[in-house]
Amino acid sequence: MTPTTAARAGLVSCGTCGLLAQQASGVAPGHCPRCGARLASRRRGSLETTWALVIAAAICYIPANLLPVLGTTTLGSTEYDTIMGGVVFLYTSGSWPLALIVLIASVMVPLGKLLALVYLLITVQRGSIAGNRERTRLYHLVEFIGRWSMLDVFVDTFTVALVQLSPLMSVQPGAGVVFFAAVVVLTMIAAASFDPRLIWDAATTTEPDIA
Amino acid sequence: MTGAGHAETLACPDCDLLQVVPELPPGVKASCARCGRTLVTQTADSIERPLALSIAALLVLILANTAPLMGLSVVGQQASTTIVGGAWEMWHQGQELTAVVVAFCAVFAPAAYLLCTLAVLLAARRPPAPRWVGELLRWAEAMQPWSMVEVMMLGILVALIKIAELAVVEPDIGMYAVGVLMLLIPAIQSSFDPEAIWKRVTWADDESLPPDGAVQAAGTPDPRSAP
Repeated sequence: MTPTTAARAGLVSCGTCGLLAQQASGVAPGHCPRCGARLASRRRGSLETTWALVIAAAICYIPANLLPVLGTTTLGSTEYDTIMGGVVFLYTSGSWPLALIVLIASVMVPLGKLLALVYLLITVQRGSIAGNRERTRLYHLVEFIGRWSMLDVFVDTFTVALVQLSPLMSVQPGAGVVFFAAVVVLTMIAAASFDPRLIWDAATTTEPDIA
Repeated sequence: MTGAGHAETLACPDCDLLQVVPELPPGVKASCARCGRTLVTQTADSIERPLALSIAALLVLILANTAPLMGLSVVGQQASTTIVGGAWEMWHQGQELTAVVVAFCAVFAPAAYLLCTLAVLLAARRPPAPRWVGELLRWAEAMQPWSMVEVMMLGILVALIKIAELAVVEPDIGMYAVGVLMLLIPAIQSSFDPEAIWKRVTWADDESLPPDGAVQAAGTPDPRSAP
């Protein structure tokens, strides 16, 4: 049996309040009668917006990892640390569980998010119909896990705020922090602009219409 | 309550499958038949419980933002910081954009989320709720992913352990407040049911509540495309 989706039945699920509404017309679905939001069967320009944000995030990912995020000044000499440097510092100072948390949150999660979004975008554009449930689950994992990458930005902020004991010791933020924050913000918006219904549309449209 | 004892037709937000969801007893969830996404969660007390929790969270939020997070002492020198103090120091050190992101995710988004939720719940206690309740509900939902209290908590802990290598650091009241807030916000989210609020809000189309089971109402045509 062909699954009956709202789109095939000429209905729209309101993106804001979830009300199932009849499209005013095929080209302009109109506004939700309950909450007044503009109705859209699928998020407008979902693939283009997501691609643009993913590419922007991927570009920011490079300086985020190459530039230092923290500089520590001890008695006149300054030492700079990148994200990986911070992980190594935590590991060598004996707190390997923390090193692991920061490694996962700051290095693996942002990279994994970018790869997952690219994978979702490519499979949707190729009209893949395999593993729809798993891809939907992957999408929600990306959405859920995104915020945790902000960890390093908070660590740097509170380290900088607290360690201001010049001339003895002071910590300054490095240029990498802002790129890192940009990666997190851009991938979060990218995930939010991707429409998971597109994953399922290929399966619906390849089968003959019985409606 | 409207819709009591009525089945409701919904489209899954993840895969767009149309399905009829029967009236559920409290504490029961309904999942999409095709993709498994949770469609409806019937919460036992969708107004009073999140209302109590959000009042508590708002008070703890004030404490978390005014009390120092932690203090540091090294050979007679002392320092302490608050959440806003952290963002301010980043701004001061030339990282204005990062400071804005930190202030937004650590202070503005949680505060806006809690204030909007509180206003929505207060106004929805006696239906029909005015239309601005829907607008505020939309704001609360937009703020939710950006409110990163639990991430900040972990960040504070990691910073604390990092600095402990260099100096004596002591957790202060603000940090404990952040810890409590980290537990209260998910508790609000799990007891809060946006659908229950939407059912009480006055419809945009006509200034009245809809009749029972009014699904598949027609969308309002765009004024520009209307003949």
